[in-house]
Amino acid sequence: MNMLTRRLLIAATASLVFASGAVAQDKSQERSILVASTTSTQDSGLFGHILPMFKAKTGIDVKVVAQGTGQALDTGRRGDADVVFVHAKSVEEKFVAEGFGVKRYPVMYNDFILIGPKSDPAGIKGSKDIVAALGAIKAKGADFISRGDKSGTHQAELNLWKVAGIDIAKDKGTWYKEIGQGMGAALNTASASDAYVLADRGTWLSFRNCGDLVIAVEGDKRLFNQYGVMLVNPDKHPSVKKDLGQQFIDWLVSSEGQKAIADYKINGEQLFYPNASDSGA
Amino acid sequence: MRAPSSELPIELDGVTVAARGVTILDDIALALAPGPPTVLIGPNGSGKSTLLRLAMGLLAPSRGRITWGGLEHVPPLKRAIVFQRPAMLRRSAAANLRFALRAAGIPRAEHARRIAELLELVGLEALADRAARRLSGGEQQRLALARALARDPAVLFLDEPTASLDPVATKAVEDIIRAVSERNIKVVMATHDLGEARRLAGELVMLHRGRVVETGAAASFFDAPQTVEARAFLAGELLI
Amino acid sequence: MPHQSALQLVLSGDPALFAIVRLSLHVSLSAVVLAALIGIPLGAWIALTRFPGRQGVIVLLNALMGLPPVVVGLAVYLALSRSGPLGAFGLLFTPGAMIIAQTVLVTPIIAALTRQTVEDLWLEYHDELTAMNLGPIGRVVALIWDARFSLVTALLAGFGRAAAEVGAIIIVGGNIEGFTRTMTTAIALETSKGDLPLAVGLGLVLISIVIAVNALAWSVRRAGERLAG
Repeated sequence: MNMLTRRLLIAATASLVFASGAVAQDKSQERSILVASTTSTQDSGLFGHILPMFKAKTGIDVKVVAQGTGQALDTGRRGDADVVFVHAKSVEEKFVAEGFGVKRYPVMYNDFILIGPKSDPAGIKGSKDIVAALGAIKAKGADFISRGDKSGTHQAELNLWKVAGIDIAKDKGTWYKEIGQGMGAALNTASASDAYVLADRGTWLSFRNCGDLVIAVEGDKRLFNQYGVMLVNPDKHPSVKKDLGQQFIDWLVSSEGQKAIADYKINGEQLFYPNASDSGA
Repeated sequence: MRAPSSELPIELDGVTVAARGVTILDDIALALAPGPPTVLIGPNGSGKSTLLRLAMGLLAPSRGRITWGGLEHVPPLKRAIVFQRPAMLRRSAAANLRFALRAAGIPRAEHARRIAELLELVGLEALADRAARRLSGGEQQRLALARALARDPAVLFLDEPTASLDPVATKAVEDIIRAVSERNIKVVMATHDLGEARRLAGELVMLHRGRVVETGAAASFFDAPQTVEARAFLAGELLI
Repeated sequence: MPHQSALQLVLSGDPALFAIVRLSLHVSLSAVVLAALIGIPLGAWIALTRFPGRQGVIVLLNALMGLPPVVVGLAVYLALSRSGPLGAFGLLFTPGAMIIAQTVLVTPIIAALTRQTVEDLWLEYHDELTAMNLGPIGRVVALIWDARFSLVTALLAGFGRAAAEVGAIIIVGGNIEGFTRTMTTAIALETSKGDLPLAVGLGLVLISIVIAVNALAWSVRRAGERLAG
């Protein structure tokens, strides 16, 4: 065998070893669950804060796939996740009613805020009335970025237009731009085009590319954003790790998990408010 | 197909090769038997290369038949060919020979010894590990000869083996051809170089416009050519 | 990842960054190895075989070099989902799923480039190999081996494609931190978090790695060519 053949063989073998390394690594992580969640929980850094505590206590690895609420529920519906952790109460209840989820547990809330450019073309900065603010944006034709991705934030936005008495599907003009992407992308777009955008506070606080964006409207009760968690129904999908998944849910709603959520702060500001005890949430 | 005990004699009977309406060889009758080298001569385009390819078995005739040791469609187990521009494999000189030995089904245990012998025969011992495609034209031609001989052939076809070589390289190649012939390997060689034909031929076959115009022992051919074409060719006239 | 530049991450030997780089290389190199095992014999077979519809197959193969990663990602996602035909293997959201998706993307590139290379070489070798009475398998092996230096370029093209794409692996891998997060999905994530400096830094690290792999392959090729012509 000549030198070159030998080198090629070494290279090929090395790749295979590489491949098998990952398989071995896989086995060591068997005590793991897959959670389909939203970009807001992931991008805000909440999971980075609470999951190590859960792992330290139980040894269970939680793998998070961050998607929009609609996609996360679909991932659960297909049986590709063990637990779904999202924020859109009505569709979550539908998910459980259809038998895809076992039971919905309220976990925490944060709030939405309306972000806009410093120049404030709609003249709404400092308002606490989201409905009036949306009306002003439409009236002035100020640029507005919509997620347009069926995420929880997008559904909350659509709901707010409805509350404001605006049929956005019919009334939207060139000022209303649906980008079909995640929260970060929507903020990047708003920052680049001096537009208004509805965001969750967690993503906003951890977002770094703010440019001229500031908070325009906050504090309205209607901007309330409730998170719920559900075990995917093992009767529909036997591959669901029901014991480990339920352990995670139980920990989230336990006093220990709730405290961990409340303790997560960015620049001293609390992002999520635990409310598992509020059965109506 | 059963292999014959020998692939000689090779007999062409009424063989015609035509492609796209052009007749390249026309009604050839020829027998190639063991013995001293047979040299095909004739001007460019007279059909020498095509005749070699037919006899090698690389090409099927449009009409007529070819037999090797009395049988048709015999795979080239004991035949080998060196093309006018041999394609060297992208490997060392020795690896080119090893490839040919393996293709010929020679047991692996004999490879090292055979490679050494073949390299010595063609005088390339010092260049065994050199990349074949980086050898000079003459060296490549000698390596191609060694590679053809690796098959241990009964008959060796050579297509203008010295066409683009300088005199020194030409002499080296011709010496190898003589040595090969002395080992009772039948050499069938095409050339348009009359000097080379005189130096090597035992038997002459002259082709012109796809037809055999004259055959004969080398001595009588050069001393007393029988046809107008042969006389003109020997006289150095332009045969068209 | 805390707010610091990628350069600082590299200099400080950040283990999370190295895990991401390692996974990226593992996924993309494994995909290239698998795609080579499929694509090289397939391309060589198409180069040497005449069959009805061959021209159409060649056009299709060349067109598949431009397969959209998102479409491949979606198709692999649906196939590997628990509700899909291969759901029982539980591969979705694992590195294995990412390797499969990238193998699908890279195989047509390697097969198409191999076909072209081997077909050109076949023109040159046809007479010699026929005269040596070599069977079909012997021919394929000889041609692939002699095309090895050109095939390195095909492999590099495949690796470039795999290392650069994000559309397929983010769908089938899920961009799970510490498990299926690669260079490209990390860049996508940091961009969405608005941490553009970190995203750019990671991008530079990725480009440096791709250049290093290419330089390594190129020098192996040059050294090999000097030795074997």
